[in-house]
Amino acid sequence: MSTRPSPPPVESSSPRISRRAFLVSSAAAGGALIVGITLHGRFHHPSSGTSRDPYNAWIHIHSDGRTELIMNKSEMGQGVFTSLPMILAEEAEIDFSRITVVQADNADGTGGSGSVWEGYKPLRQAGAQVRETMIAAAAHRWRVPTTECRAHNSQVSHTPSGRSFSYGGLVKDARRLALPDPNTVPLKEPKDFTLLGRSIPHLDIPDKVKGTARFGLDVRLPGMVYAVVAQCPYFRGDLLRFDAAKAEAVPGVLEVFEIPTDPHSANKDTREVAVVATNTWAAIQGRNALAVEWKPGQYHDESTESLTAQIRAGLDAQEYWNSANTALNPDTIPAAKRLESVYEFPFLAHATMEPMNITVRLEDGRCEIWSPTQAGGGTQESTAEILGIDKRDVTVHVTFMGGGFGRRFGVPFNHQVLQIARRVRRPVQLVWTREDDFTHDRYRPAGMHRLRGGIDGEGNIVAWTDRLVDTTIIGQGNPKQAQAFELGGALDQPYPAQHFRMSYVPVQSGVTRGAWRGVEISFNVFSIESFIDELAYLAGQDPYLYRRRLFENAAAHPTAPRSNFDGKLADPARMLQMLDLVTEKAGWDKPLAPHCGRGISCFFSKTSYLTQIAEVTVKDGDLHVDRVVTVVDPGLVVNSNGIRAQIEGAILMGLSATLKERITVKDGMIQQQNFNDYDLLRLPDAPRLETYLVPGGRPPGGIGEPPLALIGPSVANAIFAATGKRLRKLPLQLDEVSS
Amino acid sequence: MAHFVLAINGRRQSVDADPEMPLLWVLRDLLNMTGTKYGCGIGLCGACTVHIDGSATRSCQTSVSAAAGKGIVTIEGLSASGLHPVQEAWIAEQVPQCGYCQPGQIMSAAALLAQNPHPTDADIDDAMGGNLCRCATYFRIRNAIHRAAGERHS
Repeated sequence: MSTRPSPPPVESSSPRISRRAFLVSSAAAGGALIVGITLHGRFHHPSSGTSRDPYNAWIHIHSDGRTELIMNKSEMGQGVFTSLPMILAEEAEIDFSRITVVQADNADGTGGSGSVWEGYKPLRQAGAQVRETMIAAAAHRWRVPTTECRAHNSQVSHTPSGRSFSYGGLVKDARRLALPDPNTVPLKEPKDFTLLGRSIPHLDIPDKVKGTARFGLDVRLPGMVYAVVAQCPYFRGDLLRFDAAKAEAVPGVLEVFEIPTDPHSANKDTREVAVVATNTWAAIQGRNALAVEWKPGQYHDESTESLTAQIRAGLDAQEYWNSANTALNPDTIPAAKRLESVYEFPFLAHATMEPMNITVRLEDGRCEIWSPTQAGGGTQESTAEILGIDKRDVTVHVTFMGGGFGRRFGVPFNHQVLQIARRVRRPVQLVWTREDDFTHDRYRPAGMHRLRGGIDGEGNIVAWTDRLVDTTIIGQGNPKQAQAFELGGALDQPYPAQHFRMSYVPVQSGVTRGAWRGVEISFNVFSIESFIDELAYLAGQDPYLYRRRLFENAAAHPTAPRSNFDGKLADPARMLQMLDLVTEKAGWDKPLAPHCGRGISCFFSKTSYLTQIAEVTVKDGDLHVDRVVTVVDPGLVVNSNGIRAQIEGAILMGLSATLKERITVKDGMIQQQNFNDYDLLRLPDAPRLETYLVPGGRPPGGIGEPPLALIGPSVANAIFAATGKRLRKLPLQLDEVSS
Repeated sequence: MAHFVLAINGRRQSVDADPEMPLLWVLRDLLNMTGTKYGCGIGLCGACTVHIDGSATRSCQTSVSAAAGKGIVTIEGLSASGLHPVQEAWIAEQVPQCGYCQPGQIMSAAALLAQNPHPTDADIDDAMGGNLCRCATYFRIRNAIHRAAGERHS
């Protein structure tokens, strides 16, 4: 952690969000009461948590009553700058309007729908430490039992006498007391919550509508120059030649040079060319003039066709891993009816609206970075390694992010920008153009599911065989780790199958893969919920009533546990209620106009329950999604405004993938360059959304990703209801030819 | 390089730039007005939308020489004081998530409402179809435009 204040180029005019650098030592916080918190980081366990200082988030309460929550989470639109301080305010009995959220430098590991889900308990415990310490301090001053005191709205009052102290006035005394143990400190009863569950405006929105919110690309430093990098279009290819003089002839271009290879990159043998200029446009023009030529690499003949053939071959290849609740092969179990279907899904790009970028200043052996990142701590560590300096001499200022979705985890821009900064000896902003981003993303995997099902005369599933083949993410380095990441939504599919078996085959590719919003659930749930729909029709039953029946059976007759799976399956009784509710809200039985259809789906993930019905119109070869009704039980609701925003956005981002998005490969290169060949869902295609929250009596679950998984199967199932045609390939095409 | 005088948000600003340089980069890199965003550089995402003589225009597709002599309004100058009704509606409907595309969305919506104070859903489709939002805040964008037009909405 930095112990030196850094200049504040990233300022916010909001009174309640500060993005300035901060000091973590108690001396720096003056006479404040400080409580440390350890928040879990996704994909990275920050080494900021040392034995001397195990914390990565802090509460500072000052003697004038101001309260700061210094957070190691990044705000990328998911609302954590509002939801996390709400949890603290509730438990600590702090006036919410007095809290300032401060973005921690080197903030790390924001993703996986985990900030509220995993931060709820530690934030409550820290809040309770604050509350109990303030009560103890007041009771001590009044010489009364703590049981006669209560805390509310940043005040402690002594009920019998009516006296009260503000938190600020108690700070000095509170600092002398030992904090209660966070593991045993009493927590409020959720029934006594007054803030959580309300609809609270997001604190970052005013700056975002005024255009004053600073994203990574908006960082401006004195003397800063701009750089772009010519990057090899071929997977694992290399630089052949370039003409620096032509680029240098472009007005505004300052320097053109080759940058050394990045030993930590997937493309570690690939050399690149930096173009540095006085402005971004000149740098881009300079790159256009480079006349750069590239040499294809080992994957030069890879194409979507060759990958599809490889994936298809994987359907019958030796399995890498399996999970089963039976020693028998489900395919050999006698069944009244059987069905086999293959579902197919493509690579996807993240296409965050803010293109990738990073800004760096090297000065006096120290390094400052401004980065819109989900992994500031990881950037700090890898930067220290690249520069060969101590981690404490590297500070990563996390800026607002123009979208994350898993794109901004551990991407090695810092290698490129540090090589450039070393050479030009000035602050540098590295900008990846939209074309760079589309062609050098870490793509959501492509693959196939082959599902085989056997049902008895009543439609009960007696046999279930699922083979997943995909271009593994984790398995890029070590295929054995693949199962942990690729199987969610399929391995834990909630339906009872007497004989269940799932197996997995990873496929290698030159395409670099990475996390995406909902990653695996985005393709697994499409396959599972489409196939259940197919089984319903095979059984001659209504798709809602069929699911209902299966969950009734699951509640009454649990099936044997699945091997290699230690997670929890959905509670069938809760899923039943959720199905009943969504059909009631959507009017499942109400007649629809000609050419229209309804599709249903359900899902349990990160302890949240979701059910959904989509209505579509398919007419004259055109598909329109008209209405989407979604019922969500996220456990306890923290901020209903934020949770609705996340659900609405996830549904429509999922619809974008369902209808439009596909990355293709030819000659060992990504073919899509910009939004002309990779379009996203646009406003005219966005359906009417009706979202109902039905909080169950559980702590909050994850919500940023789960709603994304439902819309694909809801729409595919609705298209089947409208047309009788089953689409099994993403993105959905009405003229799909069955394979 | 050539010298240009630009009328931006009611103020005259001088720049020396290549005549072909897009207004987007003049604003962002020469004038440090970073409210106008770079998203695609080819006029397909709308993040760079500004008003030129009142019309919603993609600043990445408008050269500085073409913009000179015209009235340019950016998100920073949409309202002379405080918030424009569209910005107020955006706050009331809690539209932004990541927020990156929203200056462009707001500029497109403000131009629409200036020309058509009571747009239908079809009018909104036409005016806003060129602005991408990856957080997919479209549902709230539509509601916010209706709100700014003073209409009830779902």
